[in-house]
Amino acid sequence: MNKPLIVNSWPHLHTKESVKRIMWLVTLSLVPTGFMGVRIFGWNSLWVIAISVSAALATELIFQLLTRRKITLGDGSAFLTGLLLAYNLPPEIPFWIPLVGSFFAIAIGKQVFGGLGQNIFNPALVGRAFLVASWPKYMTNFTRPFNYDAVTQATPLALLKEGSLEPHLSYLDLFLGYRGGCIGEVCIWALLLGAAFLLIKGYISWHTPFTYIGSVAVFTYAFGGKTGLFTGDWIFHLLTGGLILGAFFMATDYVTSPLTAKGQIIFGIGCGILTSVIRIWGGYPEGVSYSILMMNAAAPFIDRYTKNRIYGSK
Amino acid sequence: MVNLKENKHRTEHKQIESIPAPKRAYISLNQQLKKSFSPLVKAGDQVLKGQKIASIKEGIYSAIHSPISGKIFSIQDSPHQVLGKGKAIIIDNDFQEKSVATYLRTQKEIDSLDAQELRAIIRETGIVGLGGAGFPSYIKLTPPRPIHTLIINGAECEPYLTCDYRIMLEKTEEIILGIGLIARCLGAKDIYIGIEDNKPKAIEKFRSKGQGLKVKVLKSFYPQGGEKQIIKNITNNEVERGKLPFDSGVVVQNVGTALSIYEAVYLNKPLFERVMTVTGSCLVNPKNLKVCIGTPIKELIDFCGPLKENPAKIVIGGPMMGIAQNNVMTPVIKSTTGVILFNKKEAQTTDEEPCIRCAACVRECPVGLMPCMINLASIKQLWPQAKDFGALDCIECGLCSYVCPANRRLVQSIKMAKLEAIV
Repeated sequence: MNKPLIVNSWPHLHTKESVKRIMWLVTLSLVPTGFMGVRIFGWNSLWVIAISVSAALATELIFQLLTRRKITLGDGSAFLTGLLLAYNLPPEIPFWIPLVGSFFAIAIGKQVFGGLGQNIFNPALVGRAFLVASWPKYMTNFTRPFNYDAVTQATPLALLKEGSLEPHLSYLDLFLGYRGGCIGEVCIWALLLGAAFLLIKGYISWHTPFTYIGSVAVFTYAFGGKTGLFTGDWIFHLLTGGLILGAFFMATDYVTSPLTAKGQIIFGIGCGILTSVIRIWGGYPEGVSYSILMMNAAAPFIDRYTKNRIYGSK
Repeated sequence: MVNLKENKHRTEHKQIESIPAPKRAYISLNQQLKKSFSPLVKAGDQVLKGQKIASIKEGIYSAIHSPISGKIFSIQDSPHQVLGKGKAIIIDNDFQEKSVATYLRTQKEIDSLDAQELRAIIRETGIVGLGGAGFPSYIKLTPPRPIHTLIINGAECEPYLTCDYRIMLEKTEEIILGIGLIARCLGAKDIYIGIEDNKPKAIEKFRSKGQGLKVKVLKSFYPQGGEKQIIKNITNNEVERGKLPFDSGVVVQNVGTALSIYEAVYLNKPLFERVMTVTGSCLVNPKNLKVCIGTPIKELIDFCGPLKENPAKIVIGGPMMGIAQNNVMTPVIKSTTGVILFNKKEAQTTDEEPCIRCAACVRECPVGLMPCMINLASIKQLWPQAKDFGALDCIECGLCSYVCPANRRLVQSIKMAKLEAIV
């Protein structure tokens, strides 16, 4: 016992959980939907994913080198941002779109705020919003599923907005992901598989995603119909667009969502109402990413008014 | 609340053993009270086992008694488990075992004692709370308002520690008699003993022997044995913020305290020894030991040796709230519950990473705080904000730091904020 003893403060035990582990497990939960995206839209999707992820990692590295911070590429957070951005992109886009998008997501969405944990907005969605605003033409150019020669088609939501929805699109097609859309958002069952994994493992709680999806269902059922109140096709609204991807994987982003269960419920309902409003009355066919970004801005405010009850207080 | 890996298997089946009194005892004059004790002896004096050797006169009275007979070597600075260093009375053991004249009280005598006389005995024998806080028991037994509920804390929610469990098994009758004495001091009608469900044998024993004692089986999770938690889980009432259990008519006492109150009253024995757990993966023979106050932890470790590997960290107390030591000569004080030796792998320290707001700390905090937010306020030295988030309500159980995936020093920064916010 001659060696010096380690002296540090309590507790002297620690959970096996780490930031790194959480990030990579969330990434793992996103693999099925990416796999299905590539299957449905072809190899080009894989390129989009690869470019987006590499650009995110490179941007993170450059920023950490420039600011002389610890290099933390291994923690998986930049990888996850790149992956989520790719999942929010159409499969047929010029290669520089994911490149610019990921750069913007990491540089402006995350690093300028101070890096991991400091950003107000979900970085992947910041990247996507930037791309939609800058190059709307590319961002709304969707490929027909299983048509690997890049025949384009509008998304079901866009068609709904124009009032020219193809009637042959069944709920089953939507559930299986056989429709135009972004790489990671189309295959509902694969998304639910990943979401179930995260819920069971306790990495996300039900509060945000369930209230989000629930409020979209109620709102679109009530106001989404063309023939009056309570005639909306809410199942269609749940299965199309980026709702499932957004509700389970983007709105639940730890950094940009509220801390308490109460706060997360408010956050989810807020996202749901904003998404429905944009879809039904807004200028865009889809509102998931903007509604999450808007609620991100409200998260600190929600936190302030939804503190947990402290033991012994009235 | 979290189910921790308990690691109680190393010692839970081992009977309490007595370790021989040390050659030299270091009786610390600081036993975790605000004031330190004044010695009643000087270097060169002969003392007897059980003789009062130090006391606190002003403020809260308490006394320390010699665990051995021998000669005072000196009164000088010695290692201390919390303060690092503090004055201690050093006694050289003459191994004569000469005790102060004492006698056993008869049952009749004890039955005739009133609450005031009982408290006087508990006060004079230097009984303190043995759960870790070390607060003089007679104060808790002199409530300013009527007490309806007495809770005996047998939860022992800290991992590794098994000393309370062993005394519950081996000294059941004595503890029950001690509980009776406490109840008499308080006039409490409802008497509960709370035991976690990972100690079925202890539950069984108290169910079969404790008449009038309501045995409450508690779920095993940390920090079930915290005073506020056990009150909530047994009485379904909470202690109001900023108030004491007294104020809601409840008193909580540890099982070890009940045992030492029994010994004080029935055997006329001052508190100069206690049962504690010496454990950890480094030890070949971890044990539950009956130890004289003032024994350096080195002797306890040697007694449980040989070492399988060199410890990288030695903790006094439980692994969640215990204090890491830098000196193996640190002596046992009245409130020492255990010594744990961690090997290199277990003691590995981790770097702090940025908070990702995963809210694990918010979910697990047993008093409903937002530790990550207090942490941010504390780092920026925004003490009023830290107070706003409830820093003063923190019970320092350490669960937030335990669950934090970013290894943030949450409870430490909250404690900091607590100290600053009070000033």
